[in-house]
Amino acid sequence: MHYIIIGAGPSGVIASENIRKLDQNAQITLIKGHKEPPYSRMAIPYFLEEKITEDGTHIRHKSNSFNEQGITLVNELVSEVKTKDNTLVLSDGSELVYDKLLVSTGAIATSPPIEGINSNHVYNCWTLEDARNIAKKAIPGSSLVLMGAGFIGCIILESLLKRGVNLTVVEMGDRMVPRMMDESAGGLLKSWCESKGVRILTSEQVISISEAKAKPLQVNLKNSDPLSADLVICATGVKSNTGFLESSDIKLDQGILVNEFLQTNIENVYASGDVAQGLDFSDQSWSIQAIQPTAVEHGRIAAINMVENNSCVHHGSINMNILDTMGLISTSFGQWMGVEGGEESVLLDEQNFRYLNLQFKGEHLVGISSLGHTQHIGVVRGLIRGKVKLGVWKERLMNDPTRLMEAYIANI
Amino acid sequence: MEKSLVINPDKCTGCLQCEMACSYENEGVFNPAKSRIKVFTFHQEGRFVPYTCTQCSEAWCQQACPVDAISLNLVTGAKEVNESSCVGCKVCTISCPFGTINYNQSSGKVIKCDLCGGDPKCASACPTQAITYVDADQTGLDKMRQWATQTDNATSNTASNA
Ligand SMILES: Cc1cc2nc3c(=O)[nH]c(=O)nc-3n(C[C@H](O)[C@H](O)[C@H](O)COP(=O)(O)OP(=O)(O)OC[C@H]3O[C@@H](n4cnc5c(N)ncnc54)[C@H](O)[C@@H]3O)c2cc1C
Repeated sequence: MHYIIIGAGPSGVIASENIRKLDQNAQITLIKGHKEPPYSRMAIPYFLEEKITEDGTHIRHKSNSFNEQGITLVNELVSEVKTKDNTLVLSDGSELVYDKLLVSTGAIATSPPIEGINSNHVYNCWTLEDARNIAKKAIPGSSLVLMGAGFIGCIILESLLKRGVNLTVVEMGDRMVPRMMDESAGGLLKSWCESKGVRILTSEQVISISEAKAKPLQVNLKNSDPLSADLVICATGVKSNTGFLESSDIKLDQGILVNEFLQTNIENVYASGDVAQGLDFSDQSWSIQAIQPTAVEHGRIAAINMVENNSCVHHGSINMNILDTMGLISTSFGQWMGVEGGEESVLLDEQNFRYLNLQFKGEHLVGISSLGHTQHIGVVRGLIRGKVKLGVWKERLMNDPTRLMEAYIANI
Repeated sequence: MEKSLVINPDKCTGCLQCEMACSYENEGVFNPAKSRIKVFTFHQEGRFVPYTCTQCSEAWCQQACPVDAISLNLVTGAKEVNESSCVGCKVCTISCPFGTINYNQSSGKVIKCDLCGGDPKCASACPTQAITYVDADQTGLDKMRQWATQTDNATSNTASNA
């Protein structure tokens, strides 16, 4: 049996290793579209702040790890999938034949269609290559404009500051990380950042980027004066990486459509990670979460189903994030924004930048968002995923939301 | 035979010797706040429950780690954090459904129970045998492990509340 995995991000790596565990005799080929060893995008911020070197971003640190596991790495982009012949066409023109295929090609960064976005000094921050380019130019004293204060924008913000740049953040929405924080938390995060010397312009938009005299770039804004910059980083969004599948008969929507086994409409083709429009645990919708925990969960489950003929149902992944912004740690889980007919328990301590918001539906916890609460935080996943009936603890948590861990322990 | 920690909350008196021993062994200070085992107090019921990592076989923390910083100690079965690889991204702390891997702001890394390399100091410090280190097949931790599988997508999602 020949398993081919396209994409050697976290999802593809976890999948290939799990396939090996389940089938000692299989032939396993892991295709990566870049020259570096398999690496984690998540580690890029730490590379930027020079906490680690490039090696530190690698998903497996032992250089012969894949070799030892009998996983063949192929260093080429896949340009076409011919599902009728179970064949992949690689960018060098060669072909590979699979019995079962996993597509885990992740997402790619997008840029808004504005004038000047393709200038020399404008980068995404999505690949190691991007990170190297940014590291070269983001030097002490340089001026940097960061477009987008979403999750990715915020997660690189601290690393950029640690490089000693003068940073201005431009965000179209009315607050930071609107997809993981409500107004209270987003507002607190903004004032925290400002107290650390970062200029944050919310409800603002970059309308074009032009060349300038003193600095390489002039960043023109909708509502305020232009900014001059040595470097612009565009973190405005990503989309699933499915371009090479358009000529195939694999069904696509926002990403690759999959069923509860992470199987596509083609029987021997599966998809996982950022590229797969998988099931969301909370609202049972088919959506792209684009997060590490979901990518690895998909990878593991897809592997089981590929080897053991759909024996493992995916009941959905919980959307969850944790973000450290210059020491202020925020989290969000599940339906943190609340559900219809639900109840909430909120603790807000503006002075100390602490916030905890629990959302309930009946006796169940369905989501939380927090600032400044980190101890035992994983238990939120346990409470939500385990659909723990809180009983008397519902009332106790309504009175004191910090008692999450006790609520959990009392119920096991 | 692999051994594991067995916790019997009924025998716990809440003396916190385990937390002291743990923080001293791992951090060099007697500071329960830095302990990897934590005793939870239920005032209403007058109960104390020591709680730490079960070294669950799903190893959510290890799977979620983007940089290979959590590995299995083949001798003890513990999932151990490799300080030099950990970048402090904290993704493991939200992935572990037991909440037993935590971020340590002072080191910028995560910490969890590593069974002290096979000689867990919490167990030797416990005066009432609420925490013992015994052969794995007789552990009361099975209950918590079952819990782990409920969180696992591989199984039914109807969780009981026993
Ligand atoms: C700076 C940054 C910080 C992040 N921080 C966090 C965080 O804190 N928490 C979190 O949960 N998530 C974070 N993420 C998101 C997280 O990295 C992704 O969710 C995760 O990488 C998804 O894994 P994946 O394996 O599905 O895809 P990817 O990691 O995108 O891997 C896809 C792989 O496929 C390869 N590939 C693509 N096309 C082809 C082709 N045609 N042929 C061959 N190979 C191909 C790519 O080269 C790549 O190796 C961050 C991302 C970035 C960029």
